[in-house]
Amino acid sequence: MPDVLSAVLIIMGIAFYLAGSVGLLRLPDLYSRLHALTKADNLGLGLLTAGLALQSPDLFTVAKLLLIWVAILAASATSAHLIARHARRRETRPCPR
Amino acid sequence: MSPLSLTLFDILLLVSIVVLAWTALTSADERRSVILFMAFGLVVALAWGRLLAPDVALAEAAIGAGLSGALLLAALRELPSAVTASGDGRRSHALRHYATQGTVSVLSVALAGMLAWILTAHFEGPARDELARAVTSHLELSGVSNPVTAVLLNFRGYDTLLELAVLLAAVLGILTLGPGRAAYRPSGPIFDALTRWLTPLLLVTAGYLLWVGAHAPGGAFQAGATLAAAGIVLRLAGSEWIGLPRDGAVLRLVMAAGVGVFLVVGVSLLVLGRPFLGYPPAWAGALILLIESAATLAIAATLVLAFIGGRLPTEADRKGDAVTAPAAGAGANPDPSDDGEPRPC
Amino acid sequence: MLTAQWLYALTGCVVMALGLRAALLHPSLLRRVLAINIMGTGVFMLLVAVAYRGPDLAPDPVPHALVLTGIVVAVSATALALALARRLAREHADD
Repeated sequence: MPDVLSAVLIIMGIAFYLAGSVGLLRLPDLYSRLHALTKADNLGLGLLTAGLALQSPDLFTVAKLLLIWVAILAASATSAHLIARHARRRETRPCPR
Repeated sequence: MSPLSLTLFDILLLVSIVVLAWTALTSADERRSVILFMAFGLVVALAWGRLLAPDVALAEAAIGAGLSGALLLAALRELPSAVTASGDGRRSHALRHYATQGTVSVLSVALAGMLAWILTAHFEGPARDELARAVTSHLELSGVSNPVTAVLLNFRGYDTLLELAVLLAAVLGILTLGPGRAAYRPSGPIFDALTRWLTPLLLVTAGYLLWVGAHAPGGAFQAGATLAAAGIVLRLAGSEWIGLPRDGAVLRLVMAAGVGVFLVVGVSLLVLGRPFLGYPPAWAGALILLIESAATLAIAATLVLAFIGGRLPTEADRKGDAVTAPAAGAGANPDPSDDGEPRPC
Repeated sequence: MLTAQWLYALTGCVVMALGLRAALLHPSLLRRVLAINIMGTGVFMLLVAVAYRGPDLAPDPVPHALVLTGIVVAVSATALALALARRLAREHADD
């Protein structure tokens, strides 16, 4: 039973990553692509770690996986923000004469 | 996992490695090259994990992908790139005429093939496992239970000593090349918030990797790289001194301590009548930890200085630059939203 | 020799040949440094493939230690090369 549940969670996580990759390739604009990528990182990785947590031998490994997920969440959200802000600034800066 | 599905996974992984290497080397935009190189490093770290080499995987992810990528990205800004001059993009990355290309390609393939033949010709035979068996049988005498750490710090300690000397030589070369870049501007509350908890996490992880290297994958190099990553994150957040000692003499002492402690241990053992770096088995674990701690600090300081691109600004630099400060301030303090590319108006 | 060893050794050769070719032919300095790094990674792949002994046996630790040393030396060489390139760029920008 835990194996089946873990497989289902991992497959759902992979579906999110697939959606994120398709979004990266097909969406027209930087901001919408960032949006697609961060969805892959948030929920995709969350489902993946949940599936892996069901397979892990002890609670310590589960805690490590959770820590990895939280760290990547924060890092990807921050870098998406920085990239979007940089792009926004480049667009709206007044042109040199 | 069945052998067939494992082979399928191998083929997928290896195809993506080759494709990433190819696109990183032939892409027209240099920034894209560097980012593809970082992705290449991470996928190669996956390959190391698959080949049951976790120490190498940790080092590749931290140093090969992370630090090398950061160094290349920081250098992108200052080196004349092939695409910043808008007209030269196509011409300057186009290769020279076909005879040269063909000859070099053939020679590269021949060299790579010869290397592979030399290494794989000895896959069978009694000599194949000789060193591995020697390591396994002497592991209890080495003072640690992780065989890679035992090989690095005990059985092949000379190599690690010379490697630390190479690192020191590189940073000496970098120090002679002039002052480093100024720190980036503090970039806002969100990145600050990330830095505030990421840096302590990296420090704790570095300490853990150093300690655990004795009996699990880890060790001085991985710990030093994690510590250097903490320094780079601080630099990106706008810190000028990055936690390095402000006194130049203390900084130089920390950098020299990697090789220094190793040499002191080796020579003391010589004086006590044992061979150079021949640890007595009862003390081996403690000596290895001592050497690794000094090496971690030295590696971290060296890599952070390498990222800065030179030495930390001293008082003399600040006073000397007072006249040229306006010009230097504009150029040396990089505006994160200005990278020289043509902007749409 | 195991299938996995052949596959990884072959890929290591291909990556090394690609890196060597680009390091010799490409005009841009940054790209050459990148190519030398990729070439080094190809060689490391070859070494770790030699060290692999199958899923049941522990791998040979000596090539792993060599590769670890190689990674650190590669990054120090990269750092020095980039600092030299930076200094070159600054000198040329002044004239």
